[in-house]
Amino acid sequence: MSLEKADVEKIAHLARLQINEQDVPEYTRNLSSILALVEQMSAVDTNGITPMAHPLDIAQRLRADEVTEENQREKFQKIAPATENGLFLVPRVIE
Amino acid sequence: MHNKTISELAQGLRDKAFSSVELTQYYLDRIQQFDGDLNSFITVTPELALAQAKAADEQLAAGNATALTGIPLAQKDIFCTDGVRTSCGSKMLDNFIAPYNATVIEKFNSAGSVMLGKTNMDEFAMGSSNETSFYGAVKNPWDLDAVPGGSSGGSAACVAARMAPASTGTDTGGSIRQPAALCGITGLKPTYGRISRYGMIAFASSLDQAGPMTRDARDAAIMLNTMAGFDARDSTCLDKPVPDYTADLDNRLQGLKIGLPKEYFGEGLDSGVATAIDAAIKEYQKLGATVKEISLPNTGLAVPTYYVIAPAECSSNLSRMDGVRFGYRCENPVDLEDLYKRSRGEGFGEEVKRRIMVGTYALSAGYYDAYYLKAQQIRQLISDDFKKAFEEVDVIMGPTTPEPAFNFGEKSEDPVSMYLSDIYTIAANLAGLPGISVPAGVVDGRPAGLQIIGNYFDEARLLNVAHQYQQVTDWHQQGPERYL
Repeated sequence: MSLEKADVEKIAHLARLQINEQDVPEYTRNLSSILALVEQMSAVDTNGITPMAHPLDIAQRLRADEVTEENQREKFQKIAPATENGLFLVPRVIE
Repeated sequence: MHNKTISELAQGLRDKAFSSVELTQYYLDRIQQFDGDLNSFITVTPELALAQAKAADEQLAAGNATALTGIPLAQKDIFCTDGVRTSCGSKMLDNFIAPYNATVIEKFNSAGSVMLGKTNMDEFAMGSSNETSFYGAVKNPWDLDAVPGGSSGGSAACVAARMAPASTGTDTGGSIRQPAALCGITGLKPTYGRISRYGMIAFASSLDQAGPMTRDARDAAIMLNTMAGFDARDSTCLDKPVPDYTADLDNRLQGLKIGLPKEYFGEGLDSGVATAIDAAIKEYQKLGATVKEISLPNTGLAVPTYYVIAPAECSSNLSRMDGVRFGYRCENPVDLEDLYKRSRGEGFGEEVKRRIMVGTYALSAGYYDAYYLKAQQIRQLISDDFKKAFEEVDVIMGPTTPEPAFNFGEKSEDPVSMYLSDIYTIAANLAGLPGISVPAGVVDGRPAGLQIIGNYFDEARLLNVAHQYQQVTDWHQQGPERYL
């Protein structure tokens, strides 16, 4: 599957990754060759095969809906880039 | 001293031949002496190590020692360590001081071991050569022009160079077993769900598993005893009892049925590696095992399948690196979109960005069925191949890698050729089966590894099978001259 420049730009946007204009051709080449590798899958007949999400024969473990953790906001916010009054600061989202 | 195994060092500590503080200082000195050339550590923690060693000496004196009390270990920089930088080999987490310990680290702390430092690795565990690390490549102690393998390249190199008696690694597509093979050490990836992933920075959640990297199977068993076990904080960690993995090491192998997949011995296998593996199989036959050719027909699909599933899962896991709550943030973001795009664009390296993009594509509307769903179906087929094989054999053997360590730069320009070096290791991750690599030879100065794959939760047998081989051969005791 060969990708176009526009495909790569769209994927980068979905993944919220900034890609420099001059690097787009190389990304396009590399991604196309990885997708060519992956193309081999289409040769296999998988009709009726259940997809395997993980190797375990279990369902999600549940627990009682009780508070078991302590609030450690201060500790966890110590390493944040910007905080104020217990909130994480980001550029304005809503005008 | 540095050629001693964990079990020998533990004996020395018990016999008071040396203290943990002396032992720890000894290894810290070796790191100082040798790691400038190898770059296997991202962060060395001398004060912490010596404080832990002092506490360990007190435990030893009080008669409260475990098998790992006072033993210095190196931890892959993917495990969160409270108060210590946890970088995952990335600029994105270069400033990340973990605010908690991974379960694996907690277990080692409870056992009283000593942490020498955090080892270098491919960025976010994505790589097979340790060339993608933000902190620079790691060199293979056997040959400084060669890669140590990856992603646990630093963990493998520091053990091969005897800068630590053992280390931890993680394995998603081969990242413990492949560097163990390329560096001539023993590396075990347990069954998926055997060891808690809590606090282990996630790459591909259905594939990742932690494991020991040591100089022999006995040491791996000792480490696994501490690392394994149920953890309520990891919903993929199974509540299965942990046996004493050292108990069965001395079992005789008479009657052991070994399967050799014909797909593992075909084209692409280096003749020197093939010779080493053939010699290893003969040793097993001398020990009383029988050998049978088997087929794992979907082997050829393992790499393509993995390179849909792992990138898809990583694209999801790495979406948490957004410059908001921790880690790298770009300068002067103009709006939220700019914050995300430039923090991630600047914070992540090329290979990581490639894989995020492949994963995003595979999961996106219109492509999910053709890629991700299809891959999961093939994953089922690959798993079924193993299930059928284990009806006839007890363990499966083959080479860990198609060739010994390659040179720097040889595969880094072509992602696909790099991916193919995981051809023998990847299927075990897809199926969730345990696998171990043991040193089986040296080819033109570079080690070759034998891989043994076991059935689910059959680590005790795997370790026994590895140990018996190490009783009749001495590849695992060899090392690069300079570090012996």
